[in-house]
Amino acid sequence: MSTDNMSAEDVAYESAIDDDAYADSYDTSEGRVFTLSGGDWDTVTPPSEGEKERIVVNMGPQHPSTHGVLRLILELEGETVTETRCGIGYLHTGIEKNMEYRTWTQGVTFVTRMDYLSPFFNETAYCLGVEKLLGVTDEITDRASTIRVMMMELNRISSHLVALATGGMELGALTAMIFGFRERELILDIFEMVTGLRMNSAYVRPGGVAQDITDDQVARIRETLPLLKKRLKDTSDLLVDNAIWMGRTVGIGYLDLSSCMALGITGPILRSTGLPHDLRKSQPYCGYENYEFEVQTTDTCDVYGRFLIRVGEMHESIKIVEQALDRLRPGPVMIEDKKIGWPARLSIGSDGQGNSPEHVKEIMSESMEALIHHFKLVTEGFRVPPGQVYSAIESPRGELGAHVVSTGGTRPYRVHFRDASFNNLQSTAAMCDGSMVSDVIAAVASIDPVMGGVDR
Amino acid sequence: MDAYAPILVLGLLAAGFAVFSVTLTTFTGPKRYNRAKVDAYECGIEPTPQPMGGGRFPVKYYLTAMMFIIFDIEIVFLYPWAVAFDQLPLFVFLAMMLFLFNLTVPYVYEWRRGGLDWD
Amino acid sequence: MSEYTFNDPWWLIILKVLAIFVGLVLMTLFTIWWERRVVSRMQNRIGPNRVGPFGLLQSLMDGFKLGLKEEIIPKTAHLAVYWIAPVISATMAFLAFAVIPFGPMVSIFGVETPLQLTDFPVSVLYVLAIASIGVYGIVLAGWSSGSTYPLLGGLRSSAQMISYELAMSMSFVAVFLYAGTMSTSGIVAAQEPIWYAVILLPSLLIYATAMVGETNRAPFDLPEAEGELVGGFHTEYSSLKFALFFLAEYINMVTVSALATTLFLGGWIAPWPLSLWDGANVGWWPLLWWFVKVQLFIFAFIWLRGTLPRLRYDQFMRFGWKVLIPASLLWIVIVAAARVVRNEFSVTTQELLLLGGGLLVVIIVGSWVLQVRSERRERAQVEAAKAEMDKPFDPYAGGYPVPPLPGQEFTYTSRRAKAAVVEGTATRTATAVLPGESADAPVPSTSDPEEGTHA
Repeated sequence: MSTDNMSAEDVAYESAIDDDAYADSYDTSEGRVFTLSGGDWDTVTPPSEGEKERIVVNMGPQHPSTHGVLRLILELEGETVTETRCGIGYLHTGIEKNMEYRTWTQGVTFVTRMDYLSPFFNETAYCLGVEKLLGVTDEITDRASTIRVMMMELNRISSHLVALATGGMELGALTAMIFGFRERELILDIFEMVTGLRMNSAYVRPGGVAQDITDDQVARIRETLPLLKKRLKDTSDLLVDNAIWMGRTVGIGYLDLSSCMALGITGPILRSTGLPHDLRKSQPYCGYENYEFEVQTTDTCDVYGRFLIRVGEMHESIKIVEQALDRLRPGPVMIEDKKIGWPARLSIGSDGQGNSPEHVKEIMSESMEALIHHFKLVTEGFRVPPGQVYSAIESPRGELGAHVVSTGGTRPYRVHFRDASFNNLQSTAAMCDGSMVSDVIAAVASIDPVMGGVDR
Repeated sequence: MDAYAPILVLGLLAAGFAVFSVTLTTFTGPKRYNRAKVDAYECGIEPTPQPMGGGRFPVKYYLTAMMFIIFDIEIVFLYPWAVAFDQLPLFVFLAMMLFLFNLTVPYVYEWRRGGLDWD
Repeated sequence: MSEYTFNDPWWLIILKVLAIFVGLVLMTLFTIWWERRVVSRMQNRIGPNRVGPFGLLQSLMDGFKLGLKEEIIPKTAHLAVYWIAPVISATMAFLAFAVIPFGPMVSIFGVETPLQLTDFPVSVLYVLAIASIGVYGIVLAGWSSGSTYPLLGGLRSSAQMISYELAMSMSFVAVFLYAGTMSTSGIVAAQEPIWYAVILLPSLLIYATAMVGETNRAPFDLPEAEGELVGGFHTEYSSLKFALFFLAEYINMVTVSALATTLFLGGWIAPWPLSLWDGANVGWWPLLWWFVKVQLFIFAFIWLRGTLPRLRYDQFMRFGWKVLIPASLLWIVIVAAARVVRNEFSVTTQELLLLGGGLLVVIIVGSWVLQVRSERRERAQVEAAKAEMDKPFDPYAGGYPVPPLPGQEFTYTSRRAKAAVVEGTATRTATAVLPGESADAPVPSTSDPEEGTHA
């Protein structure tokens, strides 16, 4: 190969960089900037000569009302949307792939960040799956299950509050937004008190929950509930019978039962068709069969119906939380098996953090076996028998399922989530085609997609 | 014309202020060129290619403008009639009612034909 | 009709112009701050409270900050138009204020002069004309940005503003009928005995609705509906050019409020308990009454924004064209007829009131009849829906198998029996399903008997 040939290749390589179809580059005063784009518009939609009245417009990923980074590609004729497509993937974080390189316990820290509005649901779905694989589902203590239920239901309220708040803001109701976030703050305070973190708390662990809940905390939660009830009424009073709100939501985003079935839609969208499908009733987990609550349904199939369902579900959730508080009995919150309940004897020291001095003393100076045990469990993790399970729970957005596959090692072979946001987003086109631009906003708000959960 | 002179003064002052503001930022603001920055905004996506000026407007806007002109002319006739109402004989009142009626007929017609519905 | 003559010396004109200019800018800064504080109060927040006493200087500082921001001009913009649009908007906003009366005759440095920049026999028409030119600023801004969102916003606002300008202009006719003049100071003087808000309440209501639409404020803030069109017509504007649009919007708010005060709330005339005091309507005091009345309207603007969601575009246009315009036309006819009756047939006010009462009764009875009819229609719809529910459950009716809803019962038919039935009555099923669908709901697909047999 001659030097001439080499340099020609170099030149070709250089120009290939410059002409990269996916990474356009140009120089700025602050250095070279690459623009990554998902495709060339000229090849996707050439500006057609014949139909100039049509406008193709991107709504999102950077748009105030697409719930984060959802991209809607709309074809407009005046104010009417003739075609809708959604583009996802702008928040892809590789959570599922990363989990394959972490222990089973560490996985909780990842899944809690998927659907960031309902972290406890992600954690619980995953942990139920792992527990099923371990075959320890029956050994989970009552107290742990009750705490899980309580946290999930509080989380459902906070998630629905965000749905109402952002939905309200997108339709112009600013006060509804602030009210929604204000109430959510009450719940986040509870989360912080119980788990130490407001979001992404990695609180639910395979085998139980990370730490126990004290009597003071129970009392605080009991104090919060009546206030929450009162304020929820304020928020819903702003919108429930509001003529403008009804004008914007009644009959909008219509999706009937057969379409829901065809598209695999679950959650409030499905329940707005009148079908009382709720996994908490139809296939109870965490002891939901022992709680009294009603599945909220409407038969309007529209945005307004979904809004009413969310309002109703929040009140039902408060009922469940009250029952859960009554059911709390003293007892362990972690499984007996010391190999699963990682870390084995974690307790809070007198300084309020870290491991207890007794435990440290034991593993550092008394028992070599205890040290090895602790070390192996923390660094390597426990082994899960080979097999695969699917565990599904009812998240605020619908069926959240975890498909957990193990090859018998200390790490998952694969963990895949069926996130309700992802499936529900399929209905965008069915809901929006032929409606007006403003209706697209209302419809997407009623789907309540969380992009962190969609892209994972 | 004395009554109109102050308007001219106010107009000059306001326009001067506006032009001053518009040109001021050219000198006060920083300038850091970036190609993405001067692209038309389309939610962070490279803008869809479009004909200049967005192509043709939907005909609905044009219809609205036509309706506006019709009613605006009606209002132009109504104003002097209203101002001089007390000095006018009964005949003028009836004539105006006839005029309003004549305009209401096409208005109702357009309403029935769906011309006032946006979709 | 007492119309003032305007022959101020040139220095007084300049003084008044400066006062109006500075006053409007201050009013804008104040209104922005006031709005943020009030809305914050409504939303359990505090609002701006850092810059200056109570955060009063916040808007001023925001203005300075905008002045120091980089000016980003999209490469697709039509430069000349892009530059001129904010200038038009801001200039017209200032100009509309020229004919608003703030007070009676006062003496400034020994010169007796009314507290008003100028006035002429067609003042209100002038305000409308200037407001119409102001629309150009918004339309051109949207068009010249060369970008989709501003274009949609510009189109929306042009259609919106002209539609609501009609209703707004029509609501004035009744005022002119009573005042007999279009001069603003004349209209204020004519309200000395009684405010037009009292005798022409429907006009005020129509105007108050239209003025919210005309100024693009919530719940009619569709041109800049941030939930849909991001920033609307000013999406592509930055730094002080954006600030000018902002300024124009708030000045327009003040202007329409001031116009409402002038035409319906008696302008600077003191309200009832205060008017008992002789000094209430002379000197500089009326300026305060005027200010308070204008602030009342501005507070209403803020209140609306804090409470209501946004209308959809078609609902909004329908409201303008199908409710406001016919209502104002009808009201004009009623007012004119009443006045004719009083002028021509020497009917006393009492009899006229009696007539009005009779009319009111007719309207109430009529609306009751309409109400009953619509209720009956609703009931029929509910009945139809119930009948729909009573029909035997067909899981394939929507084209895709569905589980039975509560109240429905799924009866198992063997596949063979079903195929036989479907084959024999294929056309009947297909037509039987269609009318059951509600008229306004999109029909996903009609029942396909073939699909049913396969599934």
